[in-house]
Amino acid sequence: MSSLPETRTIVVEVLRYQPDKAETPYLEKFDVPFTDDMSVLQGLQYIKDHFDGSLTFRWSCRMAICGSCGVMIDGVPSLGCKTFMRDYYPKGFRVEALAHFPIERDLVVDASDFIDKLPRIEPWIEPKLKKPLEQGEYLQTPAQLEQFESFSHCINCMLCYAACPQYGLDQKFLGPGLTALAHRYKADSRDGEHPARDELIHSTEGVWNCTAVGYCSEVCPKHVDPANAVNQNKTASALGWFARVIPGGRR
Amino acid sequence: MTVRKPYVRSMEGWWNRVPFFRRYMAREVTAFFVAVYGLVMLAGLVRLSQGQAAFEGWLAQLRGGWSIALHVVLLLVFMYHTYSWFEIMPKTMPPVVIGGRKLAPGTITGLGLAAAAAASTLVLVIAWVLAR
Repeated sequence: MSSLPETRTIVVEVLRYQPDKAETPYLEKFDVPFTDDMSVLQGLQYIKDHFDGSLTFRWSCRMAICGSCGVMIDGVPSLGCKTFMRDYYPKGFRVEALAHFPIERDLVVDASDFIDKLPRIEPWIEPKLKKPLEQGEYLQTPAQLEQFESFSHCINCMLCYAACPQYGLDQKFLGPGLTALAHRYKADSRDGEHPARDELIHSTEGVWNCTAVGYCSEVCPKHVDPANAVNQNKTASALGWFARVIPGGRR
Repeated sequence: MTVRKPYVRSMEGWWNRVPFFRRYMAREVTAFFVAVYGLVMLAGLVRLSQGQAAFEGWLAQLRGGWSIALHVVLLLVFMYHTYSWFEIMPKTMPPVVIGGRKLAPGTITGLGLAAAAAASTLVLVIAWVLAR
């Protein structure tokens, strides 16, 4: 006969923001009983179910696929579903809304800036050579796939934005995640001309706004390495500039 | 209908929030020390243009206690600068594919550090040969 899992209690501190009740955010502590298999997201759900139904947070899949439950856990951008309460016992931990985004309510941020920027990178393939359907698929070699595959794993959780102080200081910056997504298409051998995307990437709002902190890649739950995407495009951007100013260069 | 009043948090003291940011700031500040050493070298060049006596005066100043202390500090800072430089290098490069596999970040950093050590040794050997 198997015994029931051991239940312990941990102090969870949550940064609350209820715009209709208080002008500024405030901290609230909860004693949350947990078992070893319980994620931080489950801790928040426990609080909502047993202590305060008004606690507001986003979540959906519970398995690090949907990218909805991004929060700051002890100041580190993390997915609530992929972080376990046992790792913070007995000290406890603090949960806050994702940094660098305006707080809408409690742990929910206003992601409009990210959403508005998304279509600007033209995240779709414009085939280099348009061919009729009966001519079959656009084929790729494994080496061509390797060029962009890891950058296609992004789940839009925005942890990298919460990790990027440059984005926090200058909201004009396109930011790590969207640059990685733009690179995913740029590095795809099937993709053709995207002048508007290229101009955005090579502008000061684009890769040149990055100061190479590199924390974005550290916190990415899908190992996308946005810092690499940004910096590969700095090189491409600089080479493109030289090619234009040097007589006899390309273009 | 609930009130919408998105709250924007301050960025004050951001660089001290996580150890990663502190390491980043340390890496950036080492560039300042590189500039300091550049100025020391530049001073030598100016003194050289002013003739032999001026240049030898500069050399004598380099041998002074404060100068040695400064150079010890600069050496330590440069070592951290070199390490931090090659630590970030894998993030700044396109993927290097050898035999169908991507080169691991650790390998790239290791190769960079080895190259830096080899270059420093070469410069030391050349300086030692010239000084004999």
